Amino acid sequence: MTVDDVDEVLREFLLESSDALNTLDQDFVALERNPDDRTLIGEIFRLVHTIKGTCGFFAFERLERLTHAGEALLCKLRDGEIRNTSEITTSLLKMVDGIRCSLEAIETTGSEGVEDFDALIANLTRLSENEPIRAPAVAFEAVVGNQKNEIVRGDSSEKAEVRGPAVTDTAIRVDVEVLDRVMNLVGELVLARNQLLQFAGSIREPVFAATTQRLNALTTELQEGIMKTRMQPIGNVWNKFPRVIRDLAHACGKRVILEVDGAHTELDRTIIEAIRDPLTHAVRNAVDHGIEAPEIRKQSGKPEVGTLRLRAFHEGGHVNIEVTDDGRGLDIERIRVRAVERGLVAADRAARMGEREVSQFIFHPGFSTAATVTNVSGRGVGMDVVKTNIEKIGGSVDVTSLWGRGTTLRVKIPLTLAIIPALVVSSMGCSRRYSESEQGFHRFAIPQVNLMELVRLEGEVALRRIEDVRGVRMCRLRGSLLPLVSLNRSFALSRCSEFDADVVNIVVVQGQTRPFGIVVDKILDTEEIVVKPLGKELKGVKTFSGATIMGDGRVALILDVLGFEQHAGLASTSRDRSDDAGADVASGNASRTSESWVVFSVGDGATMAIPLAIVARLEEIAEGVIEQSGGRAVVQYRGGILPLIDLRKLDGKRASQAAPQLLQVIVYSEGGRSLGFIVEKILDIVPVDIAAIREVARPGVSDAVVIQGKVTELLNVRRVIQSFDATFFGVKNAA
Amino acid sequence: MSSLRQLCTFRVGDSLFGIDVLSVQEVIRSHDLTPVPLAPSAIKGLINLRGNIVTAIDLRTKLEFPERVGDSLPMHVIVRAGDSVISLLVDDVGDVVDVNESEFEEAPLTLIAACRDLVRGVYKLPHRVLLAVDAQRLVAGESPGLTGAPASRQAA
Repeated sequence: MTVDDVDEVLREFLLESSDALNTLDQDFVALERNPDDRTLIGEIFRLVHTIKGTCGFFAFERLERLTHAGEALLCKLRDGEIRNTSEITTSLLKMVDGIRCSLEAIETTGSEGVEDFDALIANLTRLSENEPIRAPAVAFEAVVGNQKNEIVRGDSSEKAEVRGPAVTDTAIRVDVEVLDRVMNLVGELVLARNQLLQFAGSIREPVFAATTQRLNALTTELQEGIMKTRMQPIGNVWNKFPRVIRDLAHACGKRVILEVDGAHTELDRTIIEAIRDPLTHAVRNAVDHGIEAPEIRKQSGKPEVGTLRLRAFHEGGHVNIEVTDDGRGLDIERIRVRAVERGLVAADRAARMGEREVSQFIFHPGFSTAATVTNVSGRGVGMDVVKTNIEKIGGSVDVTSLWGRGTTLRVKIPLTLAIIPALVVSSMGCSRRYSESEQGFHRFAIPQVNLMELVRLEGEVALRRIEDVRGVRMCRLRGSLLPLVSLNRSFALSRCSEFDADVVNIVVVQGQTRPFGIVVDKILDTEEIVVKPLGKELKGVKTFSGATIMGDGRVALILDVLGFEQHAGLASTSRDRSDDAGADVASGNASRTSESWVVFSVGDGATMAIPLAIVARLEEIAEGVIEQSGGRAVVQYRGGILPLIDLRKLDGKRASQAAPQLLQVIVYSEGGRSLGFIVEKILDIVPVDIAAIREVARPGVSDAVVIQGKVTELLNVRRVIQSFDATFFGVKNAA
Repeated sequence: MSSLRQLCTFRVGDSLFGIDVLSVQEVIRSHDLTPVPLAPSAIKGLINLRGNIVTAIDLRTKLEFPERVGDSLPMHVIVRAGDSVISLLVDDVGDVVDVNESEFEEAPLTLIAACRDLVRGVYKLPHRVLLAVDAQRLVAGESPGLTGAPASRQAA
């Protein structure tokens, strides 16, 4: 046997053993729940025995001695000579750690480590020889019968199936590099296929058409197939958690059961790697902070054993992962106080914030409400790292919590990093800088995950919404100002500006703290793009996160939205303002020094206004489709029924009955219910200064203000609706 | 010390350069370039080389030659070093020549800094000198001025 052969066999051994060790971790934790499960012990015994045997073959003496001691103990357990205890399990788990340690040393240095595990071996021997010193203690988790979902437990029949020879025979190990190369080639094939298809369209030859079609279908299938080979079930990450939770729960004196659901949900391997640490952190956090000590749980009427639930499922091209605990939940008030203390938010604003908003503070760097710093968590480095890591791979994190009932951390991540949906935009540029090489235009891909909406301003009126504030362009978008950045100007692609065109296309993206608009010449299409990294030479260019190859074989750059924001100089300066804007929205009408209002006429030359913030949509509805129901005018709208209030008849006056026409309707939504106001004509959207508001006594109208030289009444929406339908705002308002 | 080396030669402006033939992956004709805004000026763009995105660096800009004029299209010398691949835009590609290490000399101090950053040394060929480009330094993407001695520029 040559040296290379030995290396090959050794590598095989390392791979196999690390698989076995992972299984062992799970099996031991399962064993604690069912301390007398002989089949499970037998299974563990078999795994340890295999490792021991191979160690002997390679002459790893220390490792062999350790596994031998463990094996002896397991043998007694299996034969029922001694009973399993928590202590035994702990020692056996330590043995697993020891094996893992040695294997790592073997992998890196080629020889087993210097540690000889004497104490551990002695302990194992003592345990196997003596009667248990203590009576069988309450096993770490003796909860049985909780069999819904896929609880991680050593269900021997199921395990046996997985490890049965059938699976081993049909599965092979493939180097990831090989897969990546094949993946690349398939991407290339897809490209060639696209070009061929374009060409095929211009040739009228049935045989050729049929062949290309077949090639097309095969390529698509091949692409899907190869994508699948890179997918791994999320269970690969989760299978470490039973052990993590067990150890942690032991350390904190808590009792926790883990439930998992959707462990088979598949993700690209690059993503699996990227979420491992954040998820582990979230789980540790849940056990340490979330779940209370057994006594406290008992006092609050909860089962002593806390439940941690992991759930994964596909949803719309994303994978959602939820980490739910039934612990104490987030202390919103404490977070609020802490946020003010740390100067993250002004006290008056904090007081106005909703629970949901307050809970987001836990993602601030260094934020912690833990009274004491434990060795597990509470140092305040945590949730922000979770958030950054998840966002790095294009995901998002959200937390919801119910005081006393538990917390749910929701992570949403893309299926794969290799292929992402993106919006392709172009900048024509009328300069001559690149024209000599047929580079008439530049295409850029903006990842869908950054995208909020697309706005197209056309015509003189619309374009007036763009304002120039000392060289910085802003656009009014539903009452807030959106800073605009020209793609042409930022990248010096063209001297002429998109703003001079008749049509302005704005791609609204989420910046670091607030949205901003990227003005582009043309919005082309959304496409699934294959992300390719840029060379080292370009790592100084922060505005691009990668490149992709388009259908015509040309390269397009992928815009890094945050990098672009920084380049455009928006990232740092806009921080304070954005916080203020957020406060205004959050506080509703508490501070409306200058809110935008929708101004409309209601007949007889009277104009009214309502805050833009509460307007869901502006619609045009044909008079003919209005129906009567229970004495009220309603209209079928988006699969539901929209009650209508005719503001033209507010004072009991009759609207002039003209021929059937399109009615202007302002749709208002609150708490999932909607209502439409029929108005004569929507006139404008203007900012209103609250100082100018005068009170006017009139039912349904709160105040009045002069807008554009005309007295305009500000409609008290709630009062109008309540006079119309007392139950609209739910029981609490109606009472 | 009289070991033989094979260098792939190419021309930029009126100078003859050579690069170790083993680091050259291939030579291709003019290719569709996607410019990268905000990138250093020598980076002329990205090309799609059979599914791999390769950065094209114009040696004329890099070595401070005047910009290419007229409709002469540059050639791409695809160079591999370590695990990166880049494309060098050159005016023309010549033969592969055998050089003897005994003909090698350190790059003269009078060479302009931009040149000295990339050039490993000079081979004295029978008719003219050949500047040997170091593939590693190119791929590392060291920007001129960072590594070159500041004093050497005034000598040029």
